[in-house]
Parts: sequence; structure tokens; C-alpha cells
Amino acid sequence: MREREKVLDVRGLQTTFFTDDGEIPAVDNVDFHVREGEVLGIVGESGCGKSVTSLSIMGLVPSPPGKITGGEILFGNQDLTKLPEKKMREIRGNDIAMIFQEPMTSLNPLFTIGNQLQEAIKVHKRDWSKKQIHSRAVEMMKMVGLPRAEDLMKNYPHQLSGGMRQRVMIAMALLCDPKVLIADEPTTALDVTIQAQILKLIKNLNQELNTAVILITHDLGVVAETCERVVVMYAGKVVEEGPVAEIFKDPQHPYTRGLLESVPDMRFKKERLYSIPGNVPKPGSINTGCRFAPRCEFAFDRCLTENPPLYQTAEAHQTRCFLFDPKEAEKHDRTIVKS
Amino acid sequence: MTEQLLKVEGLKKYFPIKSGLFGRVNNYVKAVDDVSFSVKEGETLGIVGESGCGKSTTGRMLMRLLEPTEGTVTFDGQVLTSLSPGEMRKARRDIQMVFQDPYASLNPRHTIEKILMEPLNVHDIGDPKERKKKVHEFLEIVGLSSYHAKRYPHQFSGGQRQRIGIARALMTNPKLIIADEPVSALDVSIQAQVLNLMQDLQKELKLTYIFIAHDLGVVRHISDRVGVMYLGNMAEMADTEDLYEKPLHPYTQALLTAVPVPDPAFKREEVVIKGDVPSPANPPSGCRFHTRCPFKMDICETTVPIFAEVEKGHSVACHLYEESRPQ
Repeated sequence: MREREKVLDVRGLQTTFFTDDGEIPAVDNVDFHVREGEVLGIVGESGCGKSVTSLSIMGLVPSPPGKITGGEILFGNQDLTKLPEKKMREIRGNDIAMIFQEPMTSLNPLFTIGNQLQEAIKVHKRDWSKKQIHSRAVEMMKMVGLPRAEDLMKNYPHQLSGGMRQRVMIAMALLCDPKVLIADEPTTALDVTIQAQILKLIKNLNQELNTAVILITHDLGVVAETCERVVVMYAGKVVEEGPVAEIFKDPQHPYTRGLLESVPDMRFKKERLYSIPGNVPKPGSINTGCRFAPRCEFAFDRCLTENPPLYQTAEAHQTRCFLFDPKEAEKHDRTIVKS
Repeated sequence: MTEQLLKVEGLKKYFPIKSGLFGRVNNYVKAVDDVSFSVKEGETLGIVGESGCGKSTTGRMLMRLLEPTEGTVTFDGQVLTSLSPGEMRKARRDIQMVFQDPYASLNPRHTIEKILMEPLNVHDIGDPKERKKKVHEFLEIVGLSSYHAKRYPHQFSGGQRQRIGIARALMTNPKLIIADEPVSALDVSIQAQVLNLMQDLQKELKLTYIFIAHDLGVVRHISDRVGVMYLGNMAEMADTEDLYEKPLHPYTQALLTAVPVPDPAFKREEVVIKGDVPSPANPPSGCRFHTRCPFKMDICETTVPIFAEVEKGHSVACHLYEESRPQ
């Protein structure tokens, strides 16, 4: 198969929050890319920096206190971190669009759905006629599977259910045919049956429109079901990256393995869940060594003092763990001990 | 044969919808509509359902934190629904609750010691010295340390706060714990810790749990029996294995296939059901699921299916199984 082109390439991204408690590197030297028409998953627990990463791409990091302090975000041949706000505004919503977790709070309760959808087009397509704008909005609403699109245009957000609101958000994000869609926990606030509908919709649209999707989630099930490739983040760093099929079959980083083990599987009953001891560290609290070392059952001296680089373990599979350093591999056993 | 600890019969909760100047009641939200089940001593009964299905309302009514509109709750031979408020307060010593949000359910101005001491004060258990000792003891039991007693809730992480919530529920040595979404606000790695803790405590202290949650994986993991609720009704109830391996109700089937499984190689048969949950203020006639059901028949629109046993220990409310019921 032809290697698809990278639409978005994040290199060494560093987003720091300057707070009273000092500088907190919420995103620390993060690299990843998305190819044309690909669905990339970013998973991690709360505080791992997955949402800040997406906000950094959109240029929406609240500033102050936040600031992108290093790295580049290449979109085509432009570096988004260096673009002035005015230029960024043209890209945002037009080339790169985003949907958020809470469909209730992302829609303005005082305006009708139609009003809000049309406004989004007006901003980017100044030369379109009213009629054109209206028909585009209706077309998009039909595309995301909303019934009675014409009537719904006149409705207010409170008249819609959670699932419908999220469909409206997706319609709004796709109005201008973006090349990249960032979905930040798009189904977390929804019930499972509605979640299944929305995930299916995102996947279908990804195939039909060839839009690249970055799906940010904490739910490993959602990743397994929708993504092709996945980036696992922990405490602001990418700890593992690879094709979904490989990561779920053969997870390498102790954190990824622990995470997969600790999900109760709906298909069978585990006698006892594996649990990673301790808590997710407060951002910025660990500065030396591997950030997962205090919770890792394989940690050895080197993990506490040195920061591990990403090791290539298979063709497209990388892991940030010293266990995969060719020099260490023989010395350590990597079997998980389940207590 | 284990004893029935809790028996619920015909439980209903209608919330009035008021409108107009004089607050005339013109309709009701039927949050829980005729639910019956029982819980055996020492078991864990899981209750699952989507938002608005009435699972939390049911949990609250069992403790009479919400007054049931109709129906009886019998706990350990005592009819809770006919007790006076004072008697009910005493009865709550044996039934305690763990809440979803560990951030909102602890008073931020109280130390952990004060929070944990409260149930002992209310139920007048022990003298101050014993109470203090007990607080420290239970902190250790839930995996915290006795020096945590002097701290305030904001000094703890979400998982630790949920441990405190559990400790508080255990202070009075209850027989039954109603846990309403106890792990849904927690990260996966912390969720596993809390679930393991709850299982350990159950073994050690011989507790009975009613575990209310929306996560089907979590419910399968912890429950012995599971009830599935839809729009205020119990749709299906069976032993955990039975329910997950052989779901009978079309809603249960759809629910189970909708859960994303953390295994990309897993291929499922798809039963994606259409549409949203209808409003409980204006539920569909007949079977409440008929608007979304892929197997809808004519009778479903007109007649409410009865919730009854189809096989031993497996009850379902669906017209599809009308004939296979033992007469």
C-alpha cells in the first residue's frame, strides 16, 4: 500500500503552564503524526496531557498561564506554533476542527442550531450566499444522521438529546471539510448505545470524507474499536506508540500493560483485577528519571536517574522504557506478577 | 440456602411536573415504575442501565433518602417503608451508601477524622476514645494510614477520597452497602484498586452490596447477579454469567454489543439500536423499549410485558418469551 502522506506532524512539542507552584510541563517533548485519512488514538488517564496536546494543536492553550515553549506542529508546510493568531483563525475550524467532550456546554443555549451552524460557515466562506450556507448546513446535518434536518435548524440546544447534540457538534466540525478532526473524549458523556452510534458515525465519515481523525480518550475499548494507530501518554510524555493491533496484542511499556490488565473485560470474569499501585503523579512532580518508575514493578536504578528515550521495538512500534534497551534486555525479566 | 436480606416489591417513584402560577401538577416523571427484586445475604447485586433509567433513584429509595411513591422495601425482616423517620434513622445503621463523586460527597471543611466520626456520633456507638480508635482502624482497613485522619479532603486524590467514602460507609458495621457509581469518576488504574478493595472488604466483613453502575465490564466483574433497567422498569435480571452469556431481552443484547471491547481482534455481531432513550415523562405505551426494539411485534405497543421468570433465576420482561414461561 502506498504510504499515505502526513497531514499533521507534531515534533518535540512542549507546553508549559506557568503557575504559582512553578513551571509545570503538561506536555513534555511529544512527537507524533497523523496520516491522511487515518484514525489515531491518544489514550491516557487524567492529567497525562492528552487534552493539552490537542489544545496546543488548535492554538487554544489558555494563555496565561499556558504557553507552547518548544517544538513544532507542522501542518502541510506551516508551523502552527509560529502562526499569528489571525492566520491561525483561518486554519482553525476550516482545516483543523475539533469536537469536545461535553456537547451541552459547547453549544450556545441562546441560539438555534441552524444559527450556530451557519455562523461557522460564514466565518470561513465569506463569499457564499445565504442560500448556499443554509443548504450546506442542512446537508451536513443529514450527513451526520440527524432526522428532520430542516426542522432541527430552528430548534435550540436544550431541545436535543445528548447524542443529537454531539451529532450537531460533529456536523459543525465538518462543515468546512477539514483535513484533520480532533475529537476530545467525544463519547465520554454519552450512554453506551449512543456511544456506539457516534463512534460508528465518526468512522464512516472518516472513510467517506477521508478526514484524518485524532481521537482522544481514556477508554481503551474505544481505541481498540475505532483507531488504527495509538499513542499512549503518561504524565506528559508519550510512553508507547504503535499500530492498535500490535499494542493490544503485545503491549510493551509496563504502564500500557498495567492499564490493559486493569480494565474489567465485559466478555469474561477475571478473578481479580490487576491494579497499578499508587496514583497518577501530579504534573511536574517528577523531574528525574522515568515518570512511571515510582509505580512500576520493573523499575531498577537506572529508571530513577535517567530519562528513557523511545526505543524502536518493531517496525512502527516504539516504547519509552529501559527494558527495551538492548543492553538491559537480558538482565531483566518482563513478566507481570499478578498479586 | 442463604437468607434474603432485602426484598423490594412494586417500588415506584413518580416525580410531579408542576406548571403554571399555582404549581398545578399536570404530569409525572415515572422515574421508577414498579420494580421488584430481592438481594440475598452476602451477594453482590449489580444494577445497570443508561442515564435516566432510574437506577440511582432506586438505590436512594432503598434507604429512603427519597420517599417511594408506592411499594415496600423489607430489610432483614423489617418493613423499612412503614418506619417513622426516627426509626428509619436507626435502621440506616445497617444500610450505608457510597456515592459517585468523591469530590462532592465529603465536606471540605471537616477533617477526615470528623467525617468518619460522624456516623458513630449519629448512631451513638462507643465513647470518644473508642470512636477515635475505630476511625484509625478503618483508615488502615481501606488502605490509608492513621496519620491521614488529621487531613482535609482536598489533600487527597480521587481514589483516596473514594476510599474515605467507603470507610465512612463501613463505620457503623452495616450489613448492606449501596454503592452508586462508586468508580465511574476514577481513572482505570485507580478504579481497579477500588474494585479490589471492595471485593476484599466483602469477604472480610461479610458485606452485601448493591452495586449501581453504567459500566457493564465493571458490573460483570463485581456482581453475582445483575439487573438491567430501562426507563424505570427492570428489563432483565439473572445470574451474572447467564446474563452476559445468554442475554434474553433485546435491550440487554443491544447494550452488551454496544460496549467497546479492548481487543481490536474481537469481532462482534452488531445490534446497534436506533435512537435515544425516550423521555420518562412521556414513556411509550406497552413495552417501553418498543420504540427502539429490533424485534417489535404488535402486542408490544399495547401491552406491558410482565417481569417474570423464564428459566430458574432468569427473569425478563419481554413478549418474545411469553410462551416459554413456566405456567
